[in-house]
Amino acid sequence: MKLLNQSLAYLTVSIFVIVSIWAAVFYSNMLDEIHDSIDDGLDNYRLLIIQKAQKDTLVLKKHTFDESNYAIQEISKSIALNIRDTHQDTLMYMLNEEKMEPVRMLTTAFELDKRYYKLRVISSMVEEDDQISNLLWSTSWLFIILVVSIIVINNLVLRKLWKPFYGLLQQLKEFRIDKNTSIPPIQTTTQEFVELKQACDILIAHTLETYNLQKQFTENAAHELQTPLAIITNKLELLLEEKQLPDENAEVITQVLQTTARLKQFNKSLLLLSKIENKQFFDNQLISINQMAQNIAGDLEEFAQFKNITLTIEQTDSVEVEMDAHLASILVSNLVKNAIFHNVEHGNVTVNLSYRALSISNTSQSGELDEKVIFKRFFNNSESQKSTGLGLAIVYAICKLYGFGISYSYPGRHCFEIRFS
Amino acid sequence: MKILVIEDEKGLREAIKSSLEKESYVVETASDFNTALEKVFVYEYDCILLDIMLPYGSGLDILKELKEKQKTENVIIISAKDSLDDKLAGLSLGADDYLTKPFYLAELNARVKAVLRRNKLQGKNTVEMSNICLDLDERLFLVDNQVVPLTRKEFDILNYFLLNQRRLVTRTALAEYVWGDHIDQTDNFDFIYSQIRNLKKKLKAVQAEVEIRAVYGIGYKMVEP
Repeated sequence: MKLLNQSLAYLTVSIFVIVSIWAAVFYSNMLDEIHDSIDDGLDNYRLLIIQKAQKDTLVLKKHTFDESNYAIQEISKSIALNIRDTHQDTLMYMLNEEKMEPVRMLTTAFELDKRYYKLRVISSMVEEDDQISNLLWSTSWLFIILVVSIIVINNLVLRKLWKPFYGLLQQLKEFRIDKNTSIPPIQTTTQEFVELKQACDILIAHTLETYNLQKQFTENAAHELQTPLAIITNKLELLLEEKQLPDENAEVITQVLQTTARLKQFNKSLLLLSKIENKQFFDNQLISINQMAQNIAGDLEEFAQFKNITLTIEQTDSVEVEMDAHLASILVSNLVKNAIFHNVEHGNVTVNLSYRALSISNTSQSGELDEKVIFKRFFNNSESQKSTGLGLAIVYAICKLYGFGISYSYPGRHCFEIRFS
Repeated sequence: MKILVIEDEKGLREAIKSSLEKESYVVETASDFNTALEKVFVYEYDCILLDIMLPYGSGLDILKELKEKQKTENVIIISAKDSLDDKLAGLSLGADDYLTKPFYLAELNARVKAVLRRNKLQGKNTVEMSNICLDLDERLFLVDNQVVPLTRKEFDILNYFLLNQRRLVTRTALAEYVWGDHIDQTDNFDFIYSQIRNLKKKLKAVQAEVEIRAVYGIGYKMVEP
């Protein structure tokens, strides 16, 4: 739920409650005021009637209300002393409305010439049900108008106020640590947004620093290993050339030398990978992928022959790509190499060049691979200890560097496709 | 032949020195920038192996000095840096070759020989052993002066062995030299084994008086029988 709608929901509920309470309080206050004013009127009437009764005793004979609004009955002194002035609501038949309607009635007693009388004075009242329904309608209208105005204000004003926020949000969504270095400034004077932007900037700067350090670390570490590896390799080579070397020792040295060769290869791949990720290749030129594929097929021909694998190149289109020659060679040869080495005896490899795409497919013993993990570092499906598990990660990194699409499918055989967009 | 090894890592410097001495070169060493500069300008060398990152200075500055003083020593850069920029910088300053650490001694040997031969303009560019000879310009293999056909890769393998006569050549080093970067995985040892077996058969058939001897299951050595 959007913040805008959420605040609207809260406001609507709150306004509903507030307006309802206000209506109830207002109604009871208003009713009180009306009673008060009617009661004052009745009290005034009483005085007028008593005054008139002193002059005109005929008044005292008016026992029923009939056409006027008072009635007088003579009562005993004891009853009269017990009567307190009371204002009360009661019902009386109204001719015009043809039904019983509420009236306000004052009941009192007075003394005139040593005789006691009970006086009842009435006054017509506001009709409460009408009043309530009137009030209900007015408050409903008030509520609706309030909500509508809030929606309008929310949409116009708040949307405008929140604009920098949504702008910043969009920037953050599009932010890629390996592409961007910062987010552009936002136009706002709102303190919260300024602070938010500052917090984002700090976070990004910090993340970038960590990211770069990590990238640098891999490269530096791989780099620093080169010389020690050279020393180990060369010393072992010299040791193997010793004339008095017992065979058992030679065997151990051989194993160490082979392990070192693997370490060397691994380190080299890691270095290449971090170089690609650190974008240290910029010698872009127009490369013919057709030519590249043919050269690599030629280089690897003997390997294929050795395993009795048929290597075919199908060229339905010529593909030319702007990229670094060394990387192009690694890209194609890693895929072709994999296709040859993870193959079966008497299997085949097909390299297909179509419109801006290169696909390499091969027969294999293993079934379908998991596309999600094959391009990850250190993915290693084969039991072969000599594979570094970085070959496809390097291919993927190169594709990512140049924005090529790469996909894997398994139509009965492994098939890798690169689309040079 | 006199060679100067400029390398600050003691272990590597010593390994290179003893390897080159086996090839009967006179080898001198320098471990830092100042010593190196002094030796370079006091003595004459046929080849200089130069590390780039040295204490007190850069190997590239030594190259610059050599160029300015118009000294024409053969220089092979040996560096842990293998970016294209570093290579281009080195080569444009007059280095003859660039070798990235870590390398095999057999590879270093081959590079040194190639560089040294480049300067000898007199005569043909050939390597010989017993009754066999490789003409590197024409890419011909001769046994008793008779041309014997070889495939491109067989020629490369033989060339590598002849550049490292009587020295251990590991399979990995051989593979790297002949097949480049493609050799980093899987059952390549069997593959190389079969290639060498074919080459041995060929040598035997043409009565070449050389022998490729397997060494401890890790490599080979080319010797006279």
